[in-house]
Amino acid sequence: MSSLTSFDPEESKEKNENQSPTITKDRPKAPVYQTKALNLWYGQTHALKDINLPIFENEVTAIIGPSGCGKSTYIKTLNRMVEMVESVKISGEILYRDKNIFDKNYRVEELRTRVGMVFQKPNPFPKTIFENVAYGPKVHGIRDKKLLKQIVENSLKGAAIWEEVKDRLHENAYGLSGGQQQRLCIARCLAIEPDVILMDEPTSALDPKSTLKVEELVQELKKNYSIVIVTHNMQQAARISDKTAFFLNGEVVENEKTDFIFSTPNDNRTEDYISGRFG
Amino acid sequence: MEYIDRGHVQKKMRTRLLLNKVFKYLFLAATLFGLVFLAILITRVFIDSIGWLDFSFLTNRLSFNPEIAGIKGAAAGTLWLMVIVGPVTMTLGVGTAIYLEEYAKKGRLHSFIQTNISNLAGVPSIVFGLLGLTVFVRVLGFGSSIIAGGLTMSLLVLPIVVVAAQEAIRSVPGFLREASYGMGATKWQTIKKVVLPAAIPGILTGMILALSRAIGETAPLVALGIPALIIPVPGSIFDNFTALPMQVYYWTIDSALTAEYLNLAAATIIVLLVVLFLMNSVAIIIRNKFQKRY
Repeated sequence: MSSLTSFDPEESKEKNENQSPTITKDRPKAPVYQTKALNLWYGQTHALKDINLPIFENEVTAIIGPSGCGKSTYIKTLNRMVEMVESVKISGEILYRDKNIFDKNYRVEELRTRVGMVFQKPNPFPKTIFENVAYGPKVHGIRDKKLLKQIVENSLKGAAIWEEVKDRLHENAYGLSGGQQQRLCIARCLAIEPDVILMDEPTSALDPKSTLKVEELVQELKKNYSIVIVTHNMQQAARISDKTAFFLNGEVVENEKTDFIFSTPNDNRTEDYISGRFG
Repeated sequence: MEYIDRGHVQKKMRTRLLLNKVFKYLFLAATLFGLVFLAILITRVFIDSIGWLDFSFLTNRLSFNPEIAGIKGAAAGTLWLMVIVGPVTMTLGVGTAIYLEEYAKKGRLHSFIQTNISNLAGVPSIVFGLLGLTVFVRVLGFGSSIIAGGLTMSLLVLPIVVVAAQEAIRSVPGFLREASYGMGATKWQTIKKVVLPAAIPGILTGMILALSRAIGETAPLVALGIPALIIPVPGSIFDNFTALPMQVYYWTIDSALTAEYLNLAAATIIVLLVVLFLMNSVAIIIRNKFQKRY
């Protein structure tokens, strides 16, 4: 945890105590994702320029940068959601577990079974809480009621929302508060048992208390998952991430250990941005 | 220094207020114009039908004798038409809408199809009648049967369903689709489990409006050569038939010979209006009940 944050020190201490010391930063980790010379255009607009970026196992990688720098585009490229925009053109490679996801034979549905996504705005389905979480497993062909029930319970527990909703599983998810909805979406994402979780500004629509809960959850989740999180909030990046990549105008300016980025960045632009001189 | 001359403002004030009132009543008159004529029409029809519209009118078969003539055959014919029009337009209409909204690449072909669907909605119904006469009655040899009438009507109201379903599908928010795709669902799974359930109220509303259009349409049936006098009640889709609006049409024409036919036509119109009114109410109820809650 960085010392540079404006985070409440007491809370921070508590969190450190809760954390198990399983992750040591010195042990070399396997890259989950490797991005090589990635370029992306929206029509004529060159949105991502020559991106090279590794993402490692069991780490939280934060992507920061000012609006329009391409950070959301990049995270959506990791599970190829960006292709929903019709005018998109992509060159270069993204290797997920050593396979190029842009390969002609690569099945995007398979990729998205391994790579879950949590979106900026909580987006539960207008279905019951149970149905929301069971959606993913059902899509992948799980029909056994008992098994589904178990998955739903585990996922909701994993997203730290089980206690709040266990008595109302069959009520509409739209009755939950915004923060609960977002944790439900995280539970829904866990239900497909992903390898990587992509989070696109998951707390930007939430109040501070819900934000804190989601941040704590991220700390928990990184023990079992690799997490990429796009955030506008630099304090958040400093609080919860292990690595931070700073994007500017579609380029990666710097990609380093979070402590390093927030204390002694290599690039002047990074320093200007994190010290609030622009962005 | 004052730029505004209070005296001048005062002088103009009355004219302004007067003009305001004039336009208010002008617009009110425009609204009433349609309403009043509709009211007159309905009242006349209603008065003409008094004494003729009773239960036996609904259950009696067609007869030359106005006293015992009923609309059982025509009502059955109309029902049979709906049996064809409903499923056919539902499948074709929703299928087309799904293809255009979810699968088709937005490009020249897409906008060409889109434009033509809109154009199709504007084609006079008699033209559809002639098309039906050529294709279904003659080439496919269905004759003036229920299937020929039903398919012709289906084509006629198809654009209504397509456009309504497209709008319903389009109004399903993108973030729901994203959520589904994000978990590795295929397009079809997303359509089936997320898009269609959310779009169903809009689709049903469109369906009901299309059906009520089909119930009232007469011109295409005239073109198909639906006969005036059908005594037996149709029993299958290959039987000849007549429908409620056709019955109105022939009774009105023949009222030159037998005055009471006019009353029978009026009674039939009331039945048609009631059915249409009920169908539109159902459409409104569905729309309100499933109002989106995103």
